[in-house]
Amino acid sequence: MYVAVKGGEKAIENAHKLMGEERRGDPSVPELGVDQILQQMRLAVDRVMCEGALYDPPLAALAIKQAAGDLVEAIFLLRAYRTTLPRLYASRPVDTTTMHVRRRVSATFKDIPGGQLLGPTFDYTHRLLDFSLAAESQSSIAVATESEPEGPMSRVMDLLGDEGLIEIPTPNDQQHVSDITHDPISFPVKRDARLQSLARGDEGFLLALGYSSQRGFGNNHPFAGEIRMGEVAVSIVPDELGFEVEIGDITVSECEMVTSFKGNKEELPRFTSGYGLSFGYNERKVMAMSIVDRSLQARELGEDVSAPCQDEEFVLYHSDNVEAQGFVQHLKLPHYVDFQADLVMLRSMREEIMKQDTHREKSGEEVA
Amino acid sequence: MQSDRNMPLPESREIERRKQWMGVLARATATQLEAALAECGPLPEFEYLRRPEIGMVMVRGRADAKGDQFNLGEMTVSRCSVKNADGLVGHGYVAGRNKRHAELAAVFDALLQSFEHGSVCREVIATLAGEQHVARKKRNAKTAATKVNFFTMVRGED
Repeated sequence: MYVAVKGGEKAIENAHKLMGEERRGDPSVPELGVDQILQQMRLAVDRVMCEGALYDPPLAALAIKQAAGDLVEAIFLLRAYRTTLPRLYASRPVDTTTMHVRRRVSATFKDIPGGQLLGPTFDYTHRLLDFSLAAESQSSIAVATESEPEGPMSRVMDLLGDEGLIEIPTPNDQQHVSDITHDPISFPVKRDARLQSLARGDEGFLLALGYSSQRGFGNNHPFAGEIRMGEVAVSIVPDELGFEVEIGDITVSECEMVTSFKGNKEELPRFTSGYGLSFGYNERKVMAMSIVDRSLQARELGEDVSAPCQDEEFVLYHSDNVEAQGFVQHLKLPHYVDFQADLVMLRSMREEIMKQDTHREKSGEEVA
Repeated sequence: MQSDRNMPLPESREIERRKQWMGVLARATATQLEAALAECGPLPEFEYLRRPEIGMVMVRGRADAKGDQFNLGEMTVSRCSVKNADGLVGHGYVAGRNKRHAELAAVFDALLQSFEHGSVCREVIATLAGEQHVARKKRNAKTAATKVNFFTMVRGED
């Protein structure tokens, strides 16, 4: 346990000033603007909004600047900020089936209706450093071609569902929607609370868990049924209006993972699925999330819960990086009293043992 | 919360039109609306029913895109309500933390309902809607250029 300490105000103030100077770097180099982070470090902004669980691109960019690029610190800043605002509404569920798609790929069907749209991606690059970017004013102009008339794109899951190869979800909008920001998680956890947890969960942690599952710790043989990125409208139903109004669009990433067969004497074999959804363009995150979401369905699907990624208590209690960094980093705080106690105990134990040893040696000599 | 209930939404042409312009106002920038307001000519005075304020909306998604609802995360929102000298009430709800944007959206919402100012404002809205449509088309065209046809190769021959 750590103890309260007094004093050190001057040193703390100076340390923060020093951090400010370090953050600014060499003053002969122009200062980084929040708008530059917003425009040119967009994927960092998206990750901070996703794990900070607050969609506000300029705020996330500011947090990144303040945190000198430490994304977990920026996520913490955003989480802290959200506690200062009242929650006015819960939105109508965003309809990802009407997404204005900017990227859409499927690893299950080559010829999906609507086609494979690569969109902006690092896929198929050679991962060679591009030294031309080190020179200023390198701009890349996107190519535009005639696009097909807009309309909802058909979904891979619907194709499978129509054939009965996967369960078609039947939503119940009357039931209470769990909210982990209001009520602590209790086990066993409903899927809505799991998805909320995973949506804000640390990308690295979920990535490692998804990977562990693929490598055999609770494998469910996933295929990327459909991955999408684009804009969806957010609507609310204000009391004073009584009808639904759109407050704007947000960018989201979505992944539907098709996983192993399931069947028994009563049921024909079919596919199962895992779901990933996130604010912003976070493809790696939603892919990992969908694998972990599927792994966590083990209990409901009657599978053995044997691997870490299937253990909801293990996954959900350790996926939040704000909580995790807090507990790991609190070890920096003064633990002087606790440590003194350990020190005294250890010294006396050693003394005791050494005393006994000397005694035994002496009596041994006497016998000899 | 209100939106939890599966309320029967009053649907009429008037409401449909209002929903459409509120969506356009929310997607426009405060700067665009400021400029658009200047184009509308002399306007009635208004008073606040609810001063511009910032809060959050809990954004919901659906498991497997079409299943049960879950809370995805929050987003910032600004809102404002005004009543103008014609007695018309306007509401503004816009994503983000720009209070002026919410206020302008509310002012426009009231004006758009009025007989006197409605037609001028509707032109402004049509222009904004047109610009938003063009921007989306441009984006779609860039996406379309990345459409790929993969050819599967025979595997495992060496």
